[in-house]
Amino acid sequence: MSVVRLHGVSKRFGAVRALDDVDLTIEEGEFLSLLGPSGCGKTTTLNVLAGFVAPDHGRVLIDGTDVTDQPPYQRGLGVVFQSYALFPHMTVADNIAFGLRERRVPRGEIAARVAETLALVRLADVGDTRPAQLSGGMQQRVALARALVIRPRVLLLDEPLAALDRKLREQMRAELREIQRRVGITTVFVTHDQHEALGLSDRIAVMRAGRVEQLGRPRDIYERPATRFVADFIGASSVVEGVAVDGGTLELAGGVRLALRLPRAFSVGEGMQVLIRPERIELPSAGPDALAAKVVSVMYLGDHSEVRLEIPGGTRILATVRGEARVQAGDAVAVRLPPDAFLEVR
Amino acid sequence: MTARLLVLVLLGFMTLPTLIVLVASFNPTEIMSFPPSGWSLRWYVNALTYPQFQRAALNSVIVTGASALVALPLGTAAALALGRGRVRRQALWTALLLSPLVIPGVAAGLGMLILAAALGLITSRGVLIVAHVIVVLPFVVRSVSVSVANLDPLLERAAASLGATPWRVFCRVTLPLLRPGLFAALVFALIVSINEFVISLFISTRVTEILPVAMFTYVVNYTDPTMAAVSVIFIGATLVAVLLADHYLNLSRVFQIEEREEA
Repeated sequence: MSVVRLHGVSKRFGAVRALDDVDLTIEEGEFLSLLGPSGCGKTTTLNVLAGFVAPDHGRVLIDGTDVTDQPPYQRGLGVVFQSYALFPHMTVADNIAFGLRERRVPRGEIAARVAETLALVRLADVGDTRPAQLSGGMQQRVALARALVIRPRVLLLDEPLAALDRKLREQMRAELREIQRRVGITTVFVTHDQHEALGLSDRIAVMRAGRVEQLGRPRDIYERPATRFVADFIGASSVVEGVAVDGGTLELAGGVRLALRLPRAFSVGEGMQVLIRPERIELPSAGPDALAAKVVSVMYLGDHSEVRLEIPGGTRILATVRGEARVQAGDAVAVRLPPDAFLEVR
Repeated sequence: MTARLLVLVLLGFMTLPTLIVLVASFNPTEIMSFPPSGWSLRWYVNALTYPQFQRAALNSVIVTGASALVALPLGTAAALALGRGRVRRQALWTALLLSPLVIPGVAAGLGMLILAAALGLITSRGVLIVAHVIVVLPFVVRSVSVSVANLDPLLERAAASLGATPWRVFCRVTLPLLRPGLFAALVFALIVSINEFVISLFISTRVTEILPVAMFTYVVNYTDPTMAAVSVIFIGATLVAVLLADHYLNLSRVFQIEEREEA
């Protein structure tokens, strides 16, 4: 049975539709990410789950029990905030013990569970310090420990890595996944970072304007984006628009023809949008079906380079090549767009 | 150099009246005069044994204590309600709460007098307490508001998610984090109330009058240096109170924390 179930949840803030009839189920032990740009409703979804925001319509179920009208303090969920929200007037140990004291856990057991949880997040020695004396990464782990120690039914994470610098963020990402696996806790993770979502999740719900645009495993979302929005949001891609001239060929503006191999047959004269991921583009190419293109710009990024190309008719396409690209802006190059690399998007 | 000189001049200007009162209080003659013609403690004896001053001092303690006791929770509630945007017409309410700062004491005193007379409470100490609550409220609201503004509402959400009921959240998170503002508010409330004179003059009777009013009444009727002696005792007591507060409540640290959080 699913642990969490959102059923037709809607919420308005003034004229803004923050959530628009959202349905979502989360399974036992699952790591689910809510991914989307700011204002897409991902944080509101989390707040509705936690009980901080009451939905206008719809129900929230946890373990089959309707908790829509339950206040946050009765829901037994663990929440980690982007700003950590550690209590500045308490020591690290008192912060972690907070939820246990509210539950009237015996003193000896509190000490044992606080120590155990501090060890879990690899912070055994800082129990007596104040949160302000710790680095951002350490505060982050205290916040995680504070949420985990109450053995919550579900762990809710609101952009917990966003305030860390890049190196630390990547390290914490791996650590978070490891801890979540070890504890086996059902987790909802809010993020606007596609890498975090792809790397951590069992499933991703891509949200847009208060709706779930696509729900699926990371690989499905990346390789089979259902809409142009999802394709744009997850990973880099180039979208090409044109008209079908036969069952397997698309004609773009400027008369360029592309061969496509799509799962469905399309009818002649149909207007279509297809996308191609930059790593699928072959540059340079000596193949017979190569297109002539002009290099617009080249960006060297260490392990790979980004090359922006313009094909006749003015359509721009992004390609990536390993290491350094052997072309420069203004060059004329031959490029191949493999027919099976294209995906149709709405 | 010129800056230091300016500060010294300013300091001298500010402390000169106190120094003159201090010196004049030891003058043995019946008439208050400066410079003094000798040294004597007779006016201190007179001040401390004068029954009306004893009664007024007790009144002051009661009125100041009671008004602080009422104004602190009231002002804290107001600061929280205003700071959290839970109030409609917020600007209007803020202006109303702070208005005692700009309304002339004479007007407020006259208003309170007419109101008290209409209610038949003219001889009641309660009227004085109500008036003092109104006068100190702006200071309480202002002080606590600074702490409210520094309080991250997410901390209360975090506490709620950890199982704390709203009342427990208030006790364990909100109140402890408002402590700097509450201390400052308490000190301001005590100082403002104990020194309040104009409004109190209108609504005091011989039985309920507080120390500043008793001092004024005395100075109207007598010209001897007893007044100067009372003033010195008054200033001394206030100084001791502030120093004690600083020592036990660590006022300087309290204000430092507030500054750091704002930075």
